[in-house]
Amino acid sequence: MTLNMGPQHPSTHGVLRMILELDGETVIQASCDIGYLHTGIEKECEQKTWQQVVTLTDRIDYLCPLTNNLCYCLAVEKLLGLEIPPAAQWMRVLLNELTRINSHLIWLGTHSLDLGAMSLFLYCFREREDILRIFEMFSGQRMMTSYFRIGGLALEPPRGWQQAVGKFIDAFPSRVDEYEDLLTRNPIWMRRTKGVGYAALEDLLDLGVTGPMIRAAGLAWDIRKSEPYSSYEEFDFDVPTRTEGDVYARYQVRVEEMRQSARIVKQALDGMPSGPYTADAPQVVLPDREKMKTQMEALIYHFKIVTEGFRVPEGEVYQVVESPRGEMGYYVVSDGTSKPYRVFIHGPSFGNLQGLPKMVEGRLVSDAIAVLGSIDFVLGDVDR
Amino acid sequence: MTLEIAPEKIAAVCRYLRDELQFVRLSAVTAVDRYPAEPRFEVVYLLHSIVRNQRLRLKCRLPGEAPEIDSVTGVWRAANWYEREVFDLVGVRFRNHPDLRRILMPEDWSGHPLRKDYPVTGQKYNYTGEAL
Repeated sequence: MTLNMGPQHPSTHGVLRMILELDGETVIQASCDIGYLHTGIEKECEQKTWQQVVTLTDRIDYLCPLTNNLCYCLAVEKLLGLEIPPAAQWMRVLLNELTRINSHLIWLGTHSLDLGAMSLFLYCFREREDILRIFEMFSGQRMMTSYFRIGGLALEPPRGWQQAVGKFIDAFPSRVDEYEDLLTRNPIWMRRTKGVGYAALEDLLDLGVTGPMIRAAGLAWDIRKSEPYSSYEEFDFDVPTRTEGDVYARYQVRVEEMRQSARIVKQALDGMPSGPYTADAPQVVLPDREKMKTQMEALIYHFKIVTEGFRVPEGEVYQVVESPRGEMGYYVVSDGTSKPYRVFIHGPSFGNLQGLPKMVEGRLVSDAIAVLGSIDFVLGDVDR
Repeated sequence: MTLEIAPEKIAAVCRYLRDELQFVRLSAVTAVDRYPAEPRFEVVYLLHSIVRNQRLRLKCRLPGEAPEIDSVTGVWRAANWYEREVFDLVGVRFRNHPDLRRILMPEDWSGHPLRKDYPVTGQKYNYTGEAL
């Protein structure tokens, strides 16, 4: 029997269409049909100026918007050869880790909702609400923040941000303990996730899978450690791994990652350097608003940057960051004008979904739901 | 580091890089349309070696008329969807690909949207519904 797990389905985490060949309840063959969320972002990027593309990048992996911003900004800053001040770098790390916690909370809530542990969904979203309020405090937006710009941050951090972030991060580890109390030794959870969705590490790497799924299969590969960016080398954190490679191992890895991210946020909060929040590059960075209103040069720079945009020297770069889902990369090609020539977005979920048939074939349909949740994909990443 | 490879040799080069130099991961296959320069298409392979902690970029230039290149799905299975995406959006054909069909656009779409001569506003399309 061929079953269409169609684009509209509460468990497909977006508009993913899976076509399952079933024999009773066992999946014989699974294939994915993607493209329902394709909005042509890559083509759109070629029509906008370099700074305008930042708002497009938010919407690619919409559950970790700041990570997308960071990756794109780092790529263009490499092409421009900009030096970002430490305060901006540390703030980027802090907000990036809050975004990772945000994304993992959504994963945990929706994954457990799929498998029946419905109350956890609301607890995770209660925490997420605090994070979204923090983002709103910083950038005025809850989700599509576009807070990182080429050259640093969009705005100066608001007054009182340390209290808000501190309050959240002090309470957070005990909340993670609450979630673990509910799930980790829960016999139903263990029956549904242990041994489910296993694939060998070599197969996963060969199929293009990245991120927590690789770490749950035994390889301690984290781009924050192997190819550090934005001053991650100054932070002290562990990379959790497991060896079993099943859905339960991935659950443990991601929960542990939430704790490690909280550790990084605490370090960033305590040790935040002072200084400017944008690079010293008047050709690229918008001048201070008050200066723009009173000084002629600032006004001219502002006008030129906003209308024409700045030029980026010819060249290309492939910048990777560790997004909550895996290796997110931006391959940016510049031809010397004020608009990108080509922006290729390597969304981690695109590669992760390629591993799906391997993990699901030969197992029951309900295991397929558990595996879908454990892959933690976002269709925006997949389809762009 | 970027290497420019002759398109006929790409499969052999990739196999060598995977087996001898431990470039076990293919990050992505993508393409850049250099219209109106000839050769028009630049297929880019982004490789990664975890053991050596190195990344490598391979580029192949293909002509604008009927661009074709060997598929590397025999070397890394990850290439499967990436090459489908390049075929779909740019129009480069991959020889010996197990399943070369459109991946992001609807199956009966005509044209390749990411080409420079394809309009940003797209084209009119009547959704007819697809077979299972």
